[in-house]
Amino acid sequence: MIPAQFDYLAPSTVQEAIAALAEHGDDAKVLAGGQSLLPILRMRLNAPGVVIDLGRIAELQGVSEDGDHLVIGAMTTYAAVLASGAVSTHAALLSKAIATVADPQIRHRGTIGGALVHADPAGDVGAPALALEAELVIAGADGSTRTVAAEDFFEDLFTTAVGEGELLTQIRVPKHTGWGAHYEKFVRVSHQWSIVGVAATVRSEGGSIAEARVGLTNMGSTPLRARSVEEALVGQPATDEAVRAAVASVADGTNPPSDLNGDSDYRKHLATVLTRRAVLAAAGA
Amino acid sequence: MTRINVTVDGVSYSDEVEPRTLLVQYLRESLGKTGTVIGCDTSNCGACTVHLDGTSVKSCNVLAVQADGHEVTTIEGLAVDGELHPVQQAFHECHALQCGYCTPGMIMQACDVLKNNPDPSEQEIREGLEGNLCRCTGYHNIVKAVQQAATSMSSQAVSS
Repeated sequence: MIPAQFDYLAPSTVQEAIAALAEHGDDAKVLAGGQSLLPILRMRLNAPGVVIDLGRIAELQGVSEDGDHLVIGAMTTYAAVLASGAVSTHAALLSKAIATVADPQIRHRGTIGGALVHADPAGDVGAPALALEAELVIAGADGSTRTVAAEDFFEDLFTTAVGEGELLTQIRVPKHTGWGAHYEKFVRVSHQWSIVGVAATVRSEGGSIAEARVGLTNMGSTPLRARSVEEALVGQPATDEAVRAAVASVADGTNPPSDLNGDSDYRKHLATVLTRRAVLAAAGA
Repeated sequence: MTRINVTVDGVSYSDEVEPRTLLVQYLRESLGKTGTVIGCDTSNCGACTVHLDGTSVKSCNVLAVQADGHEVTTIEGLAVDGELHPVQQAFHECHALQCGYCTPGMIMQACDVLKNNPDPSEQEIREGLEGNLCRCTGYHNIVKAVQQAATSMSSQAVSS
């Protein structure tokens, strides 16, 4: 199948893109890397009248450092994030998670910002963004920008804080230099969406866990942060026994989906197993 | 209609296309480059893999208008002066195909893997090809062919 007819706009600045969004409103769809949008258009699950391609906007691409933050342009591809030494040094969790996304061809085109705004609960970028306490910079009309914490960014299934007429422009990630990190993704078939994924990053001190951050993929309609587990891990030795006990309640209060890959209870069980593995690996145990 | 200027297998083209035209459709239907095939049409199987500015992409998941101003290499552009590319030669010698449908995409992705990692382990080859499906499940000889190509390309690099 091929998409329905649409008009194509390729602005070269964020301002032009915002103006195009204002003009076309609901009839427009924003094209980032296109690796989720194009299959949707081909299957005719959506048929916008106008597609606004952000691929020609240079200011949205690349990784830079700003003091104690990394600044990642929304149109930076997964492959470019993976190739960034700054990301692997200061936000290793993001590199580890992105390395598991889809396959090499998709990672060459897909973008971190596109994935965050698409907000598929089975996507692998939301959980590390939450765990690393990323901040999302959103541009609006008249050159205004606002910054939203990852915690407040994901509102529901495929729904984020990015409003009508707005664009996600940057992901600001506080540096977690020296933190161990691991993303434990469970799939039954290579290069598929997470059935459940767990993002864990840990600061260790003398063999025990000084601080921990844990994000969950596909355990609800949005990515989730497991704060009670993070607190329970503080001060624990990085041993199987201690971590097993600290993460036992990770699925409490979650409402994961039931589908062909497994029912809700199965996902809750998986989450406890994967969290233990992720935390132990992140702690270097 | 939107005008695009693209270089495909070393030749410049300027064409009017509908914005909804997929890159793979443009290659096959406008340029007649049917060496690039359409497999699953859902961006899973990798049969339509080509290089866009030297990097592998699934051409059913890129619009032709997105390739405007860029360079595309297809399976038809790999051989130079009738001489097979080392990866093509290795696929031939290792019999790395059964029905052959996945072969163009496999070869294009194998080239990408070797460009980034000239001496990959078996595991790295399998992971590098994870976005390419062989429905005959003939992966064993495909991996052997990529290993052989890596060897022949590194010995060529040494002798040249």
